[in-house]
Amino acid sequence: MLPVNYYLGLAIILFTLGALGVLIRRNAIVIFMSIELMLNAANLAFVAYARYWQSMNGQIFVFFIMTVAAAEVAIGLALIVTIFRTKASIDVDQISTLKG
Amino acid sequence: MQLSEVLNAGRFFYLVPFVVFFPVIGLLINIFLGGRMGEKAIGAIACLASGLSFVIAVMLGIALLGHPAGMSLPYLNWITLGNLQLDWAFRVDTLSVTMMLVVGGVGTLIHIYAVGYMHEDVRHNSDPGRFRRFFVYFNLFIAAMMILVSANNYMMLFIGWEGVGLCSYLLISFWYEKGKDGIGNALAGKKAFIVNRIGDFGFLIAAFLMYKYFQPLAANGVFSFDFDTVANLASQVPPSIILAITLFMLLGVTGKSAQLPLFVWLPDAMAGPTPVSALIHAATMVTAGVYLVARSHAMYTLVPVAQNWVAIVGAVTAFFAATIALAQFDIKKVLAYSTISQLGFMVAAVGMGAFAAGMFHLVMHAFFKALLFLSAGSVIQGVERGEHEVGHDSNLRKRMKHELNFDPQDMRNMGGLRRRMKTTYWVYLIGALALAGIVPLAGFWSKDEILAEASTLNPAVYILLIIAAFFTAFYMGRQVFMVFFGEPRSEPAAHAEESPAIMTVPLIILAFLSIVGGFLNFPTFHTFTTWLDHTILAATEGATGAEAAAGGFNIVVAILSTVLALGAITLAWYLYMRRTQEMQKLPLNQRPDDPLRSIIGPIFTLLENKYWVDEFYGYLVVKPYQWLSTFLAEKVDWAFWHDFFHDTVLARGFNSLTHLLAGPIDLGFIDGIANFLGDGFKELATQTRKLQSGFVRNYALSIFIGVIFIIGYLILRLG
Repeated sequence: MLPVNYYLGLAIILFTLGALGVLIRRNAIVIFMSIELMLNAANLAFVAYARYWQSMNGQIFVFFIMTVAAAEVAIGLALIVTIFRTKASIDVDQISTLKG
Repeated sequence: MQLSEVLNAGRFFYLVPFVVFFPVIGLLINIFLGGRMGEKAIGAIACLASGLSFVIAVMLGIALLGHPAGMSLPYLNWITLGNLQLDWAFRVDTLSVTMMLVVGGVGTLIHIYAVGYMHEDVRHNSDPGRFRRFFVYFNLFIAAMMILVSANNYMMLFIGWEGVGLCSYLLISFWYEKGKDGIGNALAGKKAFIVNRIGDFGFLIAAFLMYKYFQPLAANGVFSFDFDTVANLASQVPPSIILAITLFMLLGVTGKSAQLPLFVWLPDAMAGPTPVSALIHAATMVTAGVYLVARSHAMYTLVPVAQNWVAIVGAVTAFFAATIALAQFDIKKVLAYSTISQLGFMVAAVGMGAFAAGMFHLVMHAFFKALLFLSAGSVIQGVERGEHEVGHDSNLRKRMKHELNFDPQDMRNMGGLRRRMKTTYWVYLIGALALAGIVPLAGFWSKDEILAEASTLNPAVYILLIIAAFFTAFYMGRQVFMVFFGEPRSEPAAHAEESPAIMTVPLIILAFLSIVGGFLNFPTFHTFTTWLDHTILAATEGATGAEAAAGGFNIVVAILSTVLALGAITLAWYLYMRRTQEMQKLPLNQRPDDPLRSIIGPIFTLLENKYWVDEFYGYLVVKPYQWLSTFLAEKVDWAFWHDFFHDTVLARGFNSLTHLLAGPIDLGFIDGIANFLGDGFKELATQTRKLQSGFVRNYALSIFIGVIFIIGYLILRLG
């Protein structure tokens, strides 16, 4: 059985990729996918530790996260569609109306 | 008998306040109800008020026969102030009742006359509504004069003294919109008032001195200006103080009684209606000064220097005014100067200590001078009626053309009136002879008593007075001949008409009094002197009382003065009958208006212009005073106070202060704080808003960095 550190390492890599994607990419869909990546990195860490500690808590957390993520996707995609309809673009740098 | 018991008990003395109350009631009725009453009712009320006053005075006189000492009646407590206690106190004694009888008696007769006179006067001056006002003032005068003569202390006397001055002012300028340049009468009233103020100043100084030196001596230290207190304490006060008091009082006397040097107001006072001249400026008010000296006899007899001054002032005035009267053409001006002259006689008499003689002449003078003034009023209105008639007759009017500014008071426009106005002529003749001092009329007895006293007491005064008496007879002769004899010198005079009975009846009564009045103090009986001695001798006993009361009739003096008077009248007859007739033959432009002018020439001009005393006073006092007033008004008040102090100092100072407060303080400092705060926050906001880039990724980055910091902190803290 693989030690838990490998799983954690993969989760860190996935999270870092997600975070970088959020910070660097301008396409709203890609940012959205990067957020999913970070969430799934957290899920991976949860299930890894759940297995490591032989506890169900982590797995329950993952289910909740997946539920929340599904709701988030529904709202997020709706927002993106609306933005696209008004702006004819989903480039987040174009959406800077709140600039002070 | 019941009545005699009442009289002897002296209960009538308690009626004395009513001599003041009746005229006051009369004037109140006329003020509040007179508007709805006719002239007859108004006149009747006024005459009744004055007449009832006279009745009270008569009752007091009768009561005094039983109780010659009289009494003083405190009526009301007026002012109590520390050591000063002033009462409304009345005094009934022979001196005050004598004055009350004159004021009430002559006053009532003049009231009755005035009903007739003012009836025409208000129509002649085309304002009938003023009839009521006249009688309100007239009753007010009687009330004030009664206060003056019935007072028991100097301060109440002063109230009356000022009250009669006020009435004099109101009545002189009664037709205030008439006269020279439409303001002459008002100016005359003002002049009388202001000149009298100078005299009143003297009276007040005397009163202050009296308080300062008599109060510490008074019983309990409470001083009330009471006549008796002053008389009793006078000998304990240093003579120099008494001298000062009496001389300042003399200044008051010269103002009120029109003596040198303050006589100038009385001739101008003739601007008032003629009954006013008769009542106020001949019979009563102007004699107040004489009364005051007689009332203060206790003080005057203590200081012969003051007495001497009073006598000299009186004698010089008598002489001085008599000379001016020689050359006046206005019928009332002659009488005015004659009044000044006769007042001089009285003042000289009381100055010499001959109080009874002075008071006797005062009473007689009230009779015949009131008679003369009222008759002169009758003459003036007679001529005015003639003028009116001439104005309505077209034939006569043509002959009047050259007389556009016809003066009904100018004796040069009269002449021959004895045929047109018979009653007035006879009473005027009686008055004139009484004034001239022809035996046995009133003026003879009273004037000769003064002359007889003067011949023993003061030779210088005697000489001045006897010359004045000569002039008196001359100017009265001149006036009678000019007015009543010869041919009429103008159309109105030729058509003059006699006055109605309401005017002539009081004249006849006064004429009767002028004939028989002198027997009041007939030599060897001296009823009047004895009567007054109850008051005056009682107080001066032990001082010079015996001498003052000597009174006398000197047959030599009497014959001399009668001869002089007859000589003067003969001279007047020669000049104004014979010479005037001769001069009628001369052509009009060479004919002098007065035969005396062709004889004494420049002196006549000097007299006609009254020695230019008015002009001299104008130059000496009025002009500098006006200059000073102008200076104070324009330079001190306007330029300094208004322009400099108010506008420059106050207004500009205040302006710059408000500018300072508004500008630097309010705008700069207070607003500065608020603005600084506002600007600071605005700047802060400007700076911080830049953080809001609007880029989602920036926000994500800052959240990310924040999370790293928080986690880092937690790790470091927990680790």
